[in-house]
Amino acid sequence: MKFVLSWLDDLAPGIAPVGADPHPLAERMTALGMQVEEILHVGLTVDGVITARVLRTERHPDAAKVHRVWVDAGDGVERHVWCGAFNMAPGDVIPLATPGTTMPDGRSIEPRPILGIDSQGMLCSARELGLGDDHSGILILPPETPLGVPYADALGLESEVVFDVDLTRNRPDCWGHLGAARDVAAHLGVELAPATPPLEAAGDARSASVEIVAGDRCHRFTTVVLSGVRVTSSPDWMARRLAAAGMRSINNVVDVSNYVMLELNQPNHAYDLDTLGGHGFRIRLASDGEQMTTLDGVVRTCTAEDLLICDAHDVPIGIAGIMGGLDSEITDGTSVVAIEIASFEQTGITRSMNRLGLRSEASGRFERGVDPYGIDRAHARIVELLRLTCPDLVVHAGAVDARSDALAPADRSTEVRVSQVNRILGTSLDTSMISSLIAPIGYVTRSVAVGPSGDVLTVSLPSWRTDSHEEIDVVEEVARHHGYDNIGLAVPNSTMHGRLSPIQVRRRQLREVLLGAGLSEAITASFLHEDDLAAAHLPADAIRITNPLQADEDVLRPTMRVGMLQAIAFNESHRRSGVQLFEIGHVYPPGDRSTELPPEYEGLSVALAGGDARAAMQLWREIAKAMGLGARVDQSRVPAGMHPTRSATLSLGKDVVGAVGEIHPDVCDAFGVTERVAWLELDLSRLLAVEPKIAQWKATSRFPSTDLDLAFVVPDTVAAEKIDKGIRQAAGTLLVDLSLFDVFRGTGIEPGSRSLAYRLRLQAVDRTLTDVEVAAVKDKTVATVSKMGAVLRG
Amino acid sequence: MSDIDRDLPLLDDVAAARDAGLARILTAASVDEVVGIDADLLGKKGSLALLKTRLGSLATVDEKKAAGQALNAATQAVTDAIAARRGELARAERAVQLERERIDLTEELTQPRRGHPHLVTQAWQRLEDVFIGLGFQVAEGPEVETDFYNFEALNMPRSHPARSGFDTLFTDYSGPLAEDGTVLLRTHTSPVQIRVMQTIEPPIYMVMPGRVFRRDTPDATHMPVFHQIEGLVIDRGITMAHLAGTIDAFTKAFFGGAFTSRLRPNYFPFTEPSAEFDIQRPDGSWIELGGCGMVHPNVLRAGGLDPEEWSGFAFGFGIDRMARERHGIDDIRDMYSNDIRFIEQF
Repeated sequence: MKFVLSWLDDLAPGIAPVGADPHPLAERMTALGMQVEEILHVGLTVDGVITARVLRTERHPDAAKVHRVWVDAGDGVERHVWCGAFNMAPGDVIPLATPGTTMPDGRSIEPRPILGIDSQGMLCSARELGLGDDHSGILILPPETPLGVPYADALGLESEVVFDVDLTRNRPDCWGHLGAARDVAAHLGVELAPATPPLEAAGDARSASVEIVAGDRCHRFTTVVLSGVRVTSSPDWMARRLAAAGMRSINNVVDVSNYVMLELNQPNHAYDLDTLGGHGFRIRLASDGEQMTTLDGVVRTCTAEDLLICDAHDVPIGIAGIMGGLDSEITDGTSVVAIEIASFEQTGITRSMNRLGLRSEASGRFERGVDPYGIDRAHARIVELLRLTCPDLVVHAGAVDARSDALAPADRSTEVRVSQVNRILGTSLDTSMISSLIAPIGYVTRSVAVGPSGDVLTVSLPSWRTDSHEEIDVVEEVARHHGYDNIGLAVPNSTMHGRLSPIQVRRRQLREVLLGAGLSEAITASFLHEDDLAAAHLPADAIRITNPLQADEDVLRPTMRVGMLQAIAFNESHRRSGVQLFEIGHVYPPGDRSTELPPEYEGLSVALAGGDARAAMQLWREIAKAMGLGARVDQSRVPAGMHPTRSATLSLGKDVVGAVGEIHPDVCDAFGVTERVAWLELDLSRLLAVEPKIAQWKATSRFPSTDLDLAFVVPDTVAAEKIDKGIRQAAGTLLVDLSLFDVFRGTGIEPGSRSLAYRLRLQAVDRTLTDVEVAAVKDKTVATVSKMGAVLRG
Repeated sequence: MSDIDRDLPLLDDVAAARDAGLARILTAASVDEVVGIDADLLGKKGSLALLKTRLGSLATVDEKKAAGQALNAATQAVTDAIAARRGELARAERAVQLERERIDLTEELTQPRRGHPHLVTQAWQRLEDVFIGLGFQVAEGPEVETDFYNFEALNMPRSHPARSGFDTLFTDYSGPLAEDGTVLLRTHTSPVQIRVMQTIEPPIYMVMPGRVFRRDTPDATHMPVFHQIEGLVIDRGITMAHLAGTIDAFTKAFFGGAFTSRLRPNYFPFTEPSAEFDIQRPDGSWIELGGCGMVHPNVLRAGGLDPEEWSGFAFGFGIDRMARERHGIDDIRDMYSNDIRFIEQF
């Protein structure tokens, strides 16, 4: 909302005097919740810019982008100026910024030499003078413009200071200048200017009839008939204010309508009574599919939830509160008008706006809430302003004021406990302080009673504050006018202790392990393309977004794999191979749809470009060791989309908690990844929830240890993990360390088998082992693993 | 010198063996050679040991005594010479070895291995740590949410106009309980407030960081997926002064002691009074940081708490923006490019 300061000062004299520094007012308004985003100087004149006539122009052989212009500023002295624009011809009158001028953008005009030749000023474009957006060339003034005078005088410019304010939803009243003026005036202890006196009818009875059919949607609908209207142009001051507020001047009738809307936040419409069918209005819901053309020329198809303003013959002439129909405008020949001002239910307007995708100055105001009892003042103000251009204006008797049962009462009020104000704000305000803070903005204390916890005020709720309903709303008004800055600072006496949860601690540990292993962290897209799942060999069942930003990116990721492969492909395409990435984030599998929300969980994904399955296993073991985790590596269950002979499922009990191995080469191809990709994914919601066992002390032996090296030929079909387990079981408690130190396939080993060489370190806590004991371990181990198909090598 | 000395050939042999040994020791060129000489002279079958066996053949006690003393003196002299020569040679050999091992430590063939955490993670953890220091714990919640938690419980019933400001993304998920079209991607971290209130008895001092979603076209300052941190305090006797004091304590702990904060009126459906909080840099310029306010009685009720017994405040702001401002990043989209050349900068 744009507030014109002179307009605010009209409504509350003294709050924004002409010529005063606007910054203190801007700070005050911001502190009251009307955040001034920008201070605009509309039509600001720049001192030092005078009119001058172009005498001649000349190119300089060494200057390609500028030329030389000689001008006369009315004193007969020839002045030379360098200029980068070429749109002027000798004889043109142009604005000349003389040396010493400070331009609106802060530039100072100096006699700046080019090629050693001074420039005695600068010729200005419209934009440089703050006169609009035109920067295509120098502003050419009318040929009869006198020379040597300030350009602003020549153009008849007067400046307005305008605040562009970001209004919040709880301030519907501020969509008119009056609302902001009232708030500032209350804060400064200034009186508002008196309102226009109520309307007095002078003419005979002429009415525009009103029938409210949809009373729950249209709460009040009023009409006043005026004759003697002459459609002409508006006074300059009104056109200028409208322009400053961002609206174009059309004619006196439309301008007054807009002016009153901007002043009093009362959208209104002037209908030509002679062309209004049946000289009256019907306000009803549309029928499904009913069409009408709005004044922007678009055919709108309505539903049974849209509210229409129809003429008395039931022909739609406007979508209520949003936009009038194509033929509802007055014409140059209009002389009798019906002024309509109404009050509509807010949420119905919002829904229609959203459904129709149609917004207007009026609908934005009705959506936020318009004072149903400000209508009468608006009628009076319209007449007062129209009289300025229509001296023969007649206000006819027979004004119609139709009200529905849903109209909010004019005397709404709520109880406000003084104790509650102080309990929420941390203040120690008493009854009279509270009353005097909020009475000037319409929250008048009607009575005070004594309740169990002190005074209880009955406070009236102003009809223009449609957002105010209950005690807490009034507490906020007290806070605003007491001043947020005056509330003070206190720190709660917390009995709580700040800390991370065990899961949060472990997540941080996990990140450290991954970073230490050389991996960097990615955050990949949450939304996938329709085709991505198939390309990744993943099930098509996924949660979809019903209103995606990009029509084909509507899949909620059930895995991070797609995003990680895209990241690798992206980096490959920028000559960065071997990228090692991890991501910790939520994934959203659809589950069986038996729960209120999908079985979303936090997962870890790791992609090692150029790495193989062993690298993935190595990382898993690194993580498992650091974090005290464990899971079964089951190579008989190949996770979807992964390399069929180099991947395994990680499981805890019956539950799958991860996958390890390599991405299927077909999947890599599909995502344009040329490197092999080692892959690890873990369900952190399961794995981090497991509290690791706290290690308990075991005595380290003081006696010497013995190493026993055993190599076995083992068929490829038998997992090394199985042999490992067999050895551990057979060697029993004497085995303190076991390592697989060599895997060999080739000469001497029959195809389909490999040699696995293990080193067993044996040690007892209480003695030195004898050769006999060592031999016994060896025999038992060989016997155990031979049952698994392992043959001891010579 | 006695007559015996003169007359004993053994003494001459001892002197000769000693002198020959000392000569060899002095010219030994390596520790290994010294070890060999040691064995030759002092070993079981060494030359001095062999001379010792001749003691028994001497005639008189005096002779034996004289020869024995000479032998012991020679052995001692040889032993000392070996030790000295050995130490000398060992030091020289170590010196040669050390010189041979010289390395130019600036020949860096491999890059440091450590990876880089995401900028969002870095800001997230820094914020968590500051709030933990202020006595807060950290709560999290689901990113796919119900209409109830995202809107309704936050004092935004179905027809509330403020809903339209959230540009919500809806899903086709429909569980057994919810109506169709009511499962959505959370537009803010505030639903976690309700979940916390429903599960934890006050006092509550929680921050809730997390990923949020808006139907926003990506540009230099907006992403449809971004991150927020939300704070919630509910206790007996919590006032707006506690809100202002907590915001100020956070400001000083996170940004530095010379930074100050201010609240100014704003509107959010879930708090009343509501405020925007701004941070003032030591140079006087302001940063608009986030929103806050006193938890609305309707929100307390939705969380199962009696607003007459409990009061509280909430605040929230963007995490991504913290990272962006700290590192001077022009375009927020870079943070989500997963371009390793970007990631490695931080």
